[in-house]
Amino acid sequence: MTVAEVCAAVNGTVAVDVADAAATGVYVGDLLSDIMGHAGEDCALVTIQNHLNTIAVCTLVGCAVIVLCHNRPVPPDMAEAAAREGVAIVVTPLSQYAAARALSALPPAEH
Amino acid sequence: MDNGYSPTILQGQHTNDDEILAKTPLDPKALGGDSSVIIMELLQRFKVRDVMKRQIISVARTASLREAQRLMRENRISGLPVCEEGRLYGIVSVNDIITALDNGWIEDTCEKHMACNLVVLEAGMPISFALRYFNNYTYGRFPVLDSDRKLVGILSQRDVMRALLYELSVEIRKLERKTSNNVPVHVTGEHYFRREWAVVRNDLSRAGHAANDIKGILRERKVARSIARRVAVAAYELEINICIHSHGGVLVLLISDETITITAKDRGPGIPDIEWACRDGTSTANDWIRSLGFGAGMGLSNSKRVADSFDIQSEVGKFTKVTCTFNLNPPDPADGRAVAPRPPSQEGGAS
Repeated sequence: MTVAEVCAAVNGTVAVDVADAAATGVYVGDLLSDIMGHAGEDCALVTIQNHLNTIAVCTLVGCAVIVLCHNRPVPPDMAEAAAREGVAIVVTPLSQYAAARALSALPPAEH
Repeated sequence: MDNGYSPTILQGQHTNDDEILAKTPLDPKALGGDSSVIIMELLQRFKVRDVMKRQIISVARTASLREAQRLMRENRISGLPVCEEGRLYGIVSVNDIITALDNGWIEDTCEKHMACNLVVLEAGMPISFALRYFNNYTYGRFPVLDSDRKLVGILSQRDVMRALLYELSVEIRKLERKTSNNVPVHVTGEHYFRREWAVVRNDLSRAGHAANDIKGILRERKVARSIARRVAVAAYELEINICIHSHGGVLVLLISDETITITAKDRGPGIPDIEWACRDGTSTANDWIRSLGFGAGMGLSNSKRVADSFDIQSEVGKFTKVTCTFNLNPPDPADGRAVAPRPPSQEGGAS
């Protein structure tokens, strides 16, 4: 799923676009250690954690797209780091559960 | 679901704290981002409660603005909390008094004209947070609430400056004493790559930098992706652990022909029950750390799970040292023999 497809599925807006980013699965989590321990590579991470450390975790585990729920704002330092590290960010008004359902075409991405 | 971390606004319009911070990005210099480790440690080590003024001069909601004016004049302060039995209701400022005198309502109650949309600090926040607030808002002082939302102090920029200058002179004196017998560390023996990162207590804005650097180093050295990922997971978890649980420490990367070793050593406070700490889901992290997604209690167990060997030593009041080792040449699953060692892409010593 491309960033545009993820964005359309969750009725969101693209905050940080990455040209060739694509998600092959979905992981839902707000605890960074949980994401670190379980999220698979190239997944879309559905979360509410809108800060720099989320990008650090995504970079380390190889998440391709962050789906930020409840329209949480993307702080400038998070956006900059995401663009630099090649992690796309989509902001959606949906909750984590609703966003995960909207992405049900993708399989669970557990490491 | 909200993560619950929006402590700054009392009453009135609810504003997301991150949103405010995002609108006025912090000059890294104001937080010590370009500063020495010692200054950054100071900013993180000190809590608002360590620095704030505990003597609070306040008025009741029913007091007149004239009474507020008298208190401000007598105590030479420019803002007065409106507070009853520890509960903060608002603030009356010099501007409110001037407006009241201009408009003839100086005998009105404070409740009628006080500011209700207040930005407050929490007593347990690091001073670095308070500096962000001074940077992002124009107020010269903030009321400080404890975990029960009771007013426990007032923090002004002057309080912060005074405390930091004092501590800085103490730290510099310590450094001056140390420089005379500072012995540099050399890499010897079979390790041909060593790098070390200082990890500062509570500095979450930089947490993950070391792990990210490590991942980059392993990528450059063409370490297998699956191994690099496991090393990065352990490095990140241990870095975060030093950051949120310890008084600060170092993360060390050692690469040899056969292994990669990540060592995390901190300066305390130590772990009283290591077995408990290594269990999944156990954590001593406080609420604001948890609200940022840390403190899931999986750090040590994640590190242990990804490493080929794991060792932890701790002495309460002194240190914790965690060592994760990764084999670069895992046995070939086809015949059980080790795969031939990869030549290093970069010879040489420490950097």
